[in-house]
Amino acid sequence: MEAIMSEQLEPRRTNEINEVDITKVSFSKVEQPGPKGFFTQLQGFWVTFITQFKKVNTVEYPEVKEPTAERFHGRHQLNRHPDGLEKCIGCELCAWACPADAIYVEGADNTPDNQMSPGERYGKVYQINYLRCVFCGLCIEACPTRALTMTNEYELADSTRGKLIFEKEDLLAPLRQGMLQPPHPMYPDMTDTNYYNGDVTSAHPSQEQK
Amino acid sequence: MTNAQLIATDPGWVIALKALLIFAVGVVLTILSVWAERRIVARMQMRVGPNRVGPFGLIQALADGVKLALKEDLIPAAADKIVFIIAPIISVTTAFMAFAVIPMTGKVNFFGKETAMQLTDIPVGVLYILAVASVGVYGIVLAGWSSGSTYPLLGGLRSSAQVISYEIAMGLSLVAVFIYSGSMSTSAIVAAQHETWWYGMVLFPSFVIYAISMVGETNRAPFDLAEAEGELVGGFHTEYSSLKFALFFLAEYVNIIGVSALATTLFLGGYHAIPGLGFTETWLGGWFTFFWFFIKVLGFFFVFVWLRGTLPRLRYDQFMQFGWKVLIPSSLLWILVVATLRLISNEGSSRNTTFIFAGGVVVVVMAISAALDSSKSKKRNRVYPQAAQPSFPVPSLPQNGGDHV
Repeated sequence: MEAIMSEQLEPRRTNEINEVDITKVSFSKVEQPGPKGFFTQLQGFWVTFITQFKKVNTVEYPEVKEPTAERFHGRHQLNRHPDGLEKCIGCELCAWACPADAIYVEGADNTPDNQMSPGERYGKVYQINYLRCVFCGLCIEACPTRALTMTNEYELADSTRGKLIFEKEDLLAPLRQGMLQPPHPMYPDMTDTNYYNGDVTSAHPSQEQK
Repeated sequence: MTNAQLIATDPGWVIALKALLIFAVGVVLTILSVWAERRIVARMQMRVGPNRVGPFGLIQALADGVKLALKEDLIPAAADKIVFIIAPIISVTTAFMAFAVIPMTGKVNFFGKETAMQLTDIPVGVLYILAVASVGVYGIVLAGWSSGSTYPLLGGLRSSAQVISYEIAMGLSLVAVFIYSGSMSTSAIVAAQHETWWYGMVLFPSFVIYAISMVGETNRAPFDLAEAEGELVGGFHTEYSSLKFALFFLAEYVNIIGVSALATTLFLGGYHAIPGLGFTETWLGGWFTFFWFFIKVLGFFFVFVWLRGTLPRLRYDQFMQFGWKVLIPSSLLWILVVATLRLISNEGSSRNTTFIFAGGVVVVVMAISAALDSSKSKKRNRVYPQAAQPSFPVPSLPQNGGDHV
């Protein structure tokens, strides 16, 4: 495996290029068509005339919205485990991966009475500045827990700069069926590894806090 | 009673009202035609065009106009202030002045006064239009020059060169009309066409030459070299803003309507109905003739838009070559033929003479075009000397010579 890699990565030797015998290089003859006849040129008028009666391609945007491509890079989303705990562990890898420096993360320790995510750490502050974000998706590639993904939502325009810095609560996925609002304890007898392996499928009644 | 006699007895208030009407119609038509042009070109490109402001986007052009008028009016520090202000006024005034001699209806009842919708009828009406159009060039030249900036100067020179060149072809194409109608008065030309055929058919080559040169004359696509955005920014009006720019805009569209109206008058029978529908001319007390006039002008306007939607802009040298080497000589040749035919018929010669002459002309034209063709193909098939093969790779040479078309 390593041998193949190194072979591929090795730069091309310069003398390899010089070995080509330039006297034997063949060229294809370029056929240049002469000017078209007068009536052939008039065909263009027919094209524009008949196009008037064709269906227009315009999508009347604010009234009509077409779905985006499936993997369109839209607004980010911070996902949850099926019991409602956050997937984000506050590792800041997304912030480090970001080429536009649009993400700011502050991690904090989970404590027994403030358990936001399985394991030791969670993201306490999570901001994405959509004035800087270039929607490249490198943060999604960097995320080790699949906490950060992108939605197809593209209507992000707003009137002030402040509104375009999205906080954690703006980015967090909504609670679904069977989820509980964190902080709450982890599923009984489950470790964070179990969480990542998908062994937790919904919240346990004992997780509910008074 | 001819139009000239009808108009001659107009009291002052009718003249004033007519002048006002011409102005109002010009402005409203400009707004509508801007909208129509944008919609039509959009459809030609499978778009919708402006459809937000008002029903079908009808008020878009008006909104644009208001926006333009309310913008900050800048006069560059290097500009010659007085000329800078006068230039757009010249442009727009001359554009409107051409309408004065266009007959738009036959005899109508105008608030109780028998008259024709034509402001004035002078014996050299068409010459007057040409003269006014020439003065309009001053607007462009002065605008380019007074801006005190390079691009507007180049654009202004380009447009003036263009307008002057195409005015020659335009003037020559009208000569045949004068010969046939025996008059230079617009209303007399309309009347003469009503008696025979439309000159657009009888003098078809003149009509074609006029139609081409009127596009060149109004600086419209594909001859809109003056506004070649990629090369000259905006052309002569680069430094203009606000209302002064709006005036140039207005002048351009009024000019389009103006040359279309002249084409209608000289070649398509003016305000008369299309052959076979002559009975409609008495409808609405004669006002229906305005409808026919309007329809024809709109037809020309559509062609303007169609050209813009279809053809790319010409290169400057191609444009000049076409004007000077094709339009003007062919127009001169055509005048020669028309004049001779006219003389033959005036002298009362037999049909045979006419046919022999016409046949002779056809033969000569065919001989000339054949000679041109063979010289062209010779040029195309020219063998170029082959240089020794260099020691480095080179792309092959084009096979039919590098000459431009």
